Amino acid sequence: MTTTAYTPIDTDYEVVIGLEVHSQLLTKSKMFCSCSTNYANAAPNTHVCPVCMGMPGVLPVINQEAVKYTIMTALALNCSIPEYSKFDRKSYHYPDLMKGYQISQYDIPLSNDGYLNIQHEGQERRIGITRVHLEEDTARSLHHQGYTLIDVNRAGTPLMEIVSEPDMRSPEEARLYMQKLREILIYIGVASGRMEEGSLRCDANISVRPRGQQALGVKTEIKNMNSFRSVERALEYEAQRQIEVLRNGGKIRQETRGWIENKGITVTQRVKEQADDYRYFPEPDLPPLIIDHTWVEEIRSQLAELPDTRRVRYQDEYALSEQDANVLTEDKPVGDYFEQIVAVSAVKDRKARAKAASNWLLSEVVRLLKANSLSIQETKLTPKAVANLLDLLDKERITGKQAKDVLDEAFSSGELPEAIVEKKGIKPPISDQGTLERIIEEVVAKNEKAVTDYKNGKTNAVQMLIGQVMKQTRGQAKADIVQSLLRKKLDELQG
Amino acid sequence: MIDRETVKNVAKLARLGLGEDEVETFGNQLSAILDHIHILQEADVSGVSPTAHASRLTNIMRADVPQPSYAPEVLLANAPDQDENCLKVNAVLEEA
Ligand SMILES: [Zn+2]
Repeated sequence: MTTTAYTPIDTDYEVVIGLEVHSQLLTKSKMFCSCSTNYANAAPNTHVCPVCMGMPGVLPVINQEAVKYTIMTALALNCSIPEYSKFDRKSYHYPDLMKGYQISQYDIPLSNDGYLNIQHEGQERRIGITRVHLEEDTARSLHHQGYTLIDVNRAGTPLMEIVSEPDMRSPEEARLYMQKLREILIYIGVASGRMEEGSLRCDANISVRPRGQQALGVKTEIKNMNSFRSVERALEYEAQRQIEVLRNGGKIRQETRGWIENKGITVTQRVKEQADDYRYFPEPDLPPLIIDHTWVEEIRSQLAELPDTRRVRYQDEYALSEQDANVLTEDKPVGDYFEQIVAVSAVKDRKARAKAASNWLLSEVVRLLKANSLSIQETKLTPKAVANLLDLLDKERITGKQAKDVLDEAFSSGELPEAIVEKKGIKPPISDQGTLERIIEEVVAKNEKAVTDYKNGKTNAVQMLIGQVMKQTRGQAKADIVQSLLRKKLDELQG
Repeated sequence: MIDRETVKNVAKLARLGLGEDEVETFGNQLSAILDHIHILQEADVSGVSPTAHASRLTNIMRADVPQPSYAPEVLLANAPDQDENCLKVNAVLEEA
């Protein structure tokens, strides 16, 4: 995603931002009951049982996979995993909270003290992670005129909360952090990262202080930012607003503010007069967790390679440019596809093959995917087919131009390029110099005017002659060889 | 004896509207309960580490395998009000 990075914030003030990110986990069943989490397109209240409905007398049981996913995330974010962890009840009353409390983690979360590195203006910035903990999602409210409907399908979906330190110094950094975090969650396979669907959500704490001041300013909490762009825009607006207030001699009020996307402003939602009184206490229905060290190490060993590690490896192992490595690793399936092309290639020069694979993948294959609105996982074109195409090019069995046509066909039919070449009766390119020279001589003889033009300095006459030669060879000559032979011939004539 | 302000705050957090006389009544009752529980303070717990759970169980977890849910009409059978297979409640002001 591209967003203009310009942040017009007064340089006399420093902006301080911390983010609280909530992500649903990709488990098959809910956090504390066995209802399916596959409710995205389901009718209301069809994925509900007495546990997630919050009926009295029911017994929640922890979903082990959700704990595992949280530990995976914590490890990917360089957190420590304490041996002992427990769940707590966070009590508050709201119609979307079925039990009148949310099962969350208060003082002993599953993990704490990690970090995430982001790249900002060519520099690496380390953003501290305070904690990663596990809780449950609430029901969905459907607001109508005069009443509200509650769909409980979402209630009890495993929800992971990732809290950062107030380490970000600009709205742009906040966006970069959010993007990086999302990338990691998707890479390790614990979350879908779909902000537009609300499976990934972000709240921010933001304050400003005169540059050089140590003490933090009074912060506000910003909610309702549903895209990366919203995160950046909302925080830019809020930073500006706070600076204005301070410049005019006012005071920042500690409050929760909502981002109004279509107006581009934040407005007061709730003023915090005192600390929230959630009356946390240990969840009596859930015995504590003792996280076994060997389990953590097992999870660590299974953790997918992280995007940053992969980026560096592509540059080291395959000598790809930083730019190519970045694009290939942005989306994990694209990187996986690239590696499969290299893996199925029986070639001596793996770096050359990797370079070619990267070029073809990022230009031609991506072009075809876009034109057909397909993702790389959906295409019939296999990595083996791309490798086969590169083999044909290496052997000079087909020209670059022909390769593009063959790829188009392979993309739509799923056939191997060598089969397509056979079927279409594509002849090998004419590489025999004698044959080409003879054809060039014929063309030159037939096109006296073009030759004269060339002699008179009209260099584009060469293009016309090349075209004629290619036509004679039915595209089976390599353009660069034709060009050099033709120039040689013309220069002879001129001399 | 807990003071009236504490009783009012507890009532507010529990979304209970109490009349002035009820603040008095429930204040007395809450105080009596707290006094009773206070007996626990007399236990000698030196050398005992705090615990979050009464059972000695740990790591009670289940595999991530979905099971059938309940039918909406069963779940909504006790709902005070319903509409479109949803629970129907008073208007909640959308945040923001
Ligand atoms: Zn359930």
